[in-house]
This record gives sequence, structure tokens and C-alpha cells, in this order.
Amino acid sequence: MNKAPDAIENLIKRLSKMPSVGSRSARRIALHLLSDKDMNLAPLEQALSYAKERVEPCDLCGNLDVRSPCSICTHAHKDKSKIALVQSVGDIWTMERTGFYDGHYHVLGGVLSALDGITPDKLRISSLLPRLEGVTEIIIALGATVDGQATAHYVAEQVRKINPEIKITRLAYGVPIGGEVEYLDDSTLATAMKSRNAF
Amino acid sequence: MNQFLDQAIIISVRAHGESGAVIHVLTEDHGKCGGYVNGAQASSRLRSTLQPGNIVNVDWQSKSEGQLGRFDVELEQDISASLFSDAKSLLAVQSACALIDMFLPDREKQDALFHGTCALMNIMKTDQWPAVYITWEMAFLKEMGYGIDISKCAVSGVEGGLTHVSPKSGRAVCAAEAEPYKDKLLEIPSFMREGELSDDDITKGLKLTGYFLMHRLLQHSSYHALPDARHQLENSMDSV
Repeated sequence: MNKAPDAIENLIKRLSKMPSVGSRSARRIALHLLSDKDMNLAPLEQALSYAKERVEPCDLCGNLDVRSPCSICTHAHKDKSKIALVQSVGDIWTMERTGFYDGHYHVLGGVLSALDGITPDKLRISSLLPRLEGVTEIIIALGATVDGQATAHYVAEQVRKINPEIKITRLAYGVPIGGEVEYLDDSTLATAMKSRNAF
Repeated sequence: MNQFLDQAIIISVRAHGESGAVIHVLTEDHGKCGGYVNGAQASSRLRSTLQPGNIVNVDWQSKSEGQLGRFDVELEQDISASLFSDAKSLLAVQSACALIDMFLPDREKQDALFHGTCALMNIMKTDQWPAVYITWEMAFLKEMGYGIDISKCAVSGVEGGLTHVSPKSGRAVCAAEAEPYKDKLLEIPSFMREGELSDDDITKGLKLTGYFLMHRLLQHSSYHALPDARHQLENSMDSV
């Protein structure tokens, strides 16, 4: 089979490196972009170069925005007394999409991992500590994994050293909405039972 | 087709591709083994099963002996989720799993270490785990060829009154012989001598095993540092 010219092959190769895009999807995307360069490729090129030039991590929270401090950190109606600690920018987008949380965020950039050599100095923990002035609650919104919870305990300890008065909470574990008890995995059911509430 | 069924402890999980993961487990009959788990990141059942410390049943299959192979995993005993609220026991689980992952050779049957690690994981929910963890590290060092001999005094040969360990030989010394060199020797925690746990035993025990992990096991390996969880565990016990 004849190979596509280098320029197209290179485009396909780059596209196939994107998350959730395999080589077949990459070929379809490349074909779509090249079938009408003015309508499809040019706007994408502009968007990519604009994002490359303008988007940067917020100095305060680590969110991605076209300005630093970001639009969440400077939002007049966001409650400055609450900071939700999240693992990645994707978590901020998920929480903002739901619209139920009105506080600030702090992106850690990962979780501590003994196996992968991710130590506290490789996470954005030191940049959280100067933000604690005026904060009354830290909400730990990290994954329900061994590494996620070990990180949660570590950060909580660091926060308490600076200000023991700050309330530290974490997201509840339990039955997902629409979930049937019969189909829950053992760990979730055991944890949900352990952290049950008065009804 | 190569295949085995075995009981195992989840040691490490590393995401691979969009939805899979490469895991390492410590099995009863086949030692430490690696394999690919399809859908490990996509399935909530698998995500909760594949947490370090959990005890599982595995079905490993591979087309040839040298290949990575593929695992089917079924949860037998959930350990990790019940420890989420206890920082120190989480660190101990992370530390034990990381030590196995780093230093234990693949595919060498280690049934004593497997049973010891199972016992450790089972006791993590109780208050007795720190002493058991230290005993586990002693056993781990022994399996790795760097055992600490606390059976008799290296100088006098007596079996009673052993209080210290020589960092050079890894052998115990009795109180009388240890006296002139106390500041150079490592203390043996009293629960290892008399069976009763005293206040600073855990710190002493972690210092003792930590020394040999650092100066024997680590020095003869390709790694530059012990797992961070091991350091954090020792520091957290120091601050009690």
C-alpha cells in the first residue's frame, strides 16, 4: 500500500499522540482537516497558536487561563475562604461545569507516589501554604486511591502546622447517584457503610 | 499458552495507554509477577480492586514464558479502602509495596514473604500494625540476604540480655558488651526481646531496619533512595 506523503504522515502521527485518538481516528481527522483547509485547518491552526501564545498556568492556583491570576481567582463572587484541592486542571473544569461549588481551587499537579518517585517537592504544595490567610476551609477533592489519600493526609498535616484552626474536609465516598447496592463493588460499599449519615 | 492461577497481593499499578494498566503482584507460588490488565482505568470495579495492598486472585496468561502476559483479577480481600482515614497505615502499605516493587526479583517463589505480607495487610486495620510492620521489614531484609541476627550476642555468645545491633555486622550485642559503644550501635526494640511494646519501640525499630535498608539493601541495588513513603513513615512515627 502506498504511504501518504510525509507532510500528511507527520500530521497523522502528531494527531495519533492525542489522548483517545488512535491511528485510524487520526487518519480520519487529518482527512477532514485537509479536505477543506480554509474551513477546517485554518481556524484550528489559529486556535492552537492563540492557545500556545496566551494560555498559561495561574500563579496562584495552577489553573490554565489567558491571564494570571486566572478568572476564578479574580472572580468577585467566588468565596475566598474556601479552597478545593484538586489533582489536575481537568478536575476544576469538572467541578465548575456542575456549578455547585463557589470557592477557589488549588491544583496539586499529581499525587504522591512511592513507586513513581513523586515526592512532596514535585507537587504544588508549597504554593498552597501562602494562600491560607483568610481561608476557613480546605476541601480535599483527591482520588479515592491509596496514593490520593496519602497525599490528602500529607497536605492536611502541612496545613494544620500553619493554621490548626482551618477546617479540613474531604469529598464523601459512597453510593453513586443511580447506583444499586447490589452492583456496588466491595470497597465502595464497605466505605459507604463506614461513613453513613443520620437519615 | 502459559497460564497460572494464584492468590496475590497488589504491589504496583501503572497506567498504560488509554484504559489499561501494567500491574505487579506478589503471588504465593510464583513470586513477584507483572502483567497487563485490560480496562483497568475504565472499570470502577477494577479501579477499586487494583489498589496496593489488596489481596486478590489472579489468572495470568501469556503466549510465551518471557512475555509480560495478561492478568484477570478478582478481589478477595479489600485492605486499602478501609485504611483511607489513617495516614500512617497508608504510608506503611505504600512503603511495604514499594520495597517489594523495587527490590524483590521477578518470578522467584517467596511464599514466606507472601504469607508475611498477607498477615501484615490483614493486621493493618488494628492498632498492632507498627510492631508487625517492623517485624515484616526484618523478614524482608532476611529474604533479601541482609538479615539482622538477634538470636545471640556476637561477642559473648549469650542468648539473653541482647540490647543492641552492630551496624557493621548486623548481629546483636548484649548489654554488657554494648555499653562502651552504645552511641555507635543500633537499639533493639524491647518488643523483639521481651515481647512487650514500650513507647519508643516503633521509632527504634524503624531506625534499626531503616539503617539496613539504606546501607545494605539500597547500596547493593541500582536505586538511589528508599521509597519516600518509608521516610515519611519514620518521620511520622518520630513525631508521635
